[in-house]
Amino acid sequence: MGTMLKIDNINVYYGAIHAIKGISLEVREGEIVTLIGANGAGKSTTLRTISGLLKPKDGKISFLGKDIAGKPAHEIVREGISQVPEGRRIFAEMSVLENLELGAFIRKDADGIKADMEMVFRRFPRLEERKAQQAGTLSGGEQQMLAMGRALMSRPKLLLLDEPSMGLAPLLIREIFSIIEDINKTGTTILLVEQNANMALSIADRAYVLETGRITLSGDAAKLAASEDVRKAYLGG
Amino acid sequence: MEFSQQLMQQLINGISLGSIYALIALGYTMIYGIIKLINFAHGDIYMVGAYIGFFAITQANVSIFPALLISMVVTGLLGMLVEKLAYKPLRHAPRISILITAIGVSFFLEYASMYFVSPTPRTFPEVMGNVAFHVGDLVINGQQLLILGITVVLMVILTYIVQRTKLGKAMRAASFDTETAQLMGVNADQVISFTFIIGSALAAVAGVLVGVYYNSIDPLMGIMPGLKAFVAAVLGGIGILPGAVVGGLVLGVIEALVSGFISSTFRDAAAFAILILVLLFKPSGLFGKNTNEKV
Repeated sequence: MGTMLKIDNINVYYGAIHAIKGISLEVREGEIVTLIGANGAGKSTTLRTISGLLKPKDGKISFLGKDIAGKPAHEIVREGISQVPEGRRIFAEMSVLENLELGAFIRKDADGIKADMEMVFRRFPRLEERKAQQAGTLSGGEQQMLAMGRALMSRPKLLLLDEPSMGLAPLLIREIFSIIEDINKTGTTILLVEQNANMALSIADRAYVLETGRITLSGDAAKLAASEDVRKAYLGG
Repeated sequence: MEFSQQLMQQLINGISLGSIYALIALGYTMIYGIIKLINFAHGDIYMVGAYIGFFAITQANVSIFPALLISMVVTGLLGMLVEKLAYKPLRHAPRISILITAIGVSFFLEYASMYFVSPTPRTFPEVMGNVAFHVGDLVINGQQLLILGITVVLMVILTYIVQRTKLGKAMRAASFDTETAQLMGVNADQVISFTFIIGSALAAVAGVLVGVYYNSIDPLMGIMPGLKAFVAAVLGGIGILPGAVVGGLVLGVIEALVSGFISSTFRDAAAFAILILVLLFKPSGLFGKNTNEKV
């Protein structure tokens, strides 16, 4: 499997705050890679930097061999990276259908968009039932599904997911995670950021542990889940 | 009988005036929606629009409709240019900096215009002749019909653009959440430019129509209507398009009623009294939801 995304020693600042301190990581084609760590460790910052919402001060980010560090967000999605942001960030005042249409904003192939819309509705039947409804009236789980469907509408090669389990009931979390596995099986590579380390490690191939802006551990997800350090710090003993 | 007839007549006058406010208020509210700026130079953009229409008619000898189009295009580009030169460099600056800049741009446009076209008021040429329609005892003149007709057509076009086109959807998305819209591939700079073009073009139409209605234009003509349209936008709920239209119409009608039944000297006072009342009792405006600031 070839390397899809390679981050090489990036530093990211929020004003004077040094949020990411020399992170390097790699995502290979077809993988599910997860980035776990406590609140404020820099997980979302890493995703936001990949998506182009933040610019790294130095270091390299390459995607399919192309240097993308510092490119604006609206161009990065055209390279094939789509993000489901933290807190879902759906367009609450627009309809479910319009949210999905916006997900396909970069595309011009009307037939392909239509086919993908049907694919999203097959994956999330509840979205089809509510397609004319204002997105803000959906439940938390439905909003998460909409945010994921919206991200899929750009037909990404790499899907970035930021805390998809946030604020959801355990049963719903399991459903969302099985959908993530499903999306991966149909050929989309996934980089998953989670505080729910248990769930994330259970579906991931590999994992990185982030602590105050640095990667402290990395490796095979199953091995990390079994390791004493990770169990103590993130899996509740 | 006498009273109801006068009431109807004032309603007609008020709706004409209100349409003008609505056209200007739409620009205020669209620009606020997307970059959260009260563009205090908007009234002066409207003034420039009136002058461009004036010169198109008097110098290029075109009729009213081509003059409107020319004015929309040129003023739209001016609006875009103002954003690129004055506001864009301050996009990440504190909000007060950009607000002060808008006031600076306003003065700049007013006094640059005085320099180039002289401060003397100009007489806007007759474009409608003296047509007037009598419905019973009511009089609707040609200018009023022109204002109403053009306003309605523009509202329909605007609604279509904002609701149905890809660009309109990008505008609504960016005005709700710019960052997430960018994640969808929306180029925020483009959408902002487009918003300034549309808002300024609508103000240009209002400027030309006012020239036609009142026959007189001058470099400071934008100050009062600019402030009134701001009141209209706040009354309807700033950032909400239908709110700007309703706010403009309500304000126009109230002003007409006050001038007709009380005294025209109280007209402006009534407009600003409305602003104070709205800010005191319903700051989110008629169409606004009472939500807290998003976190």
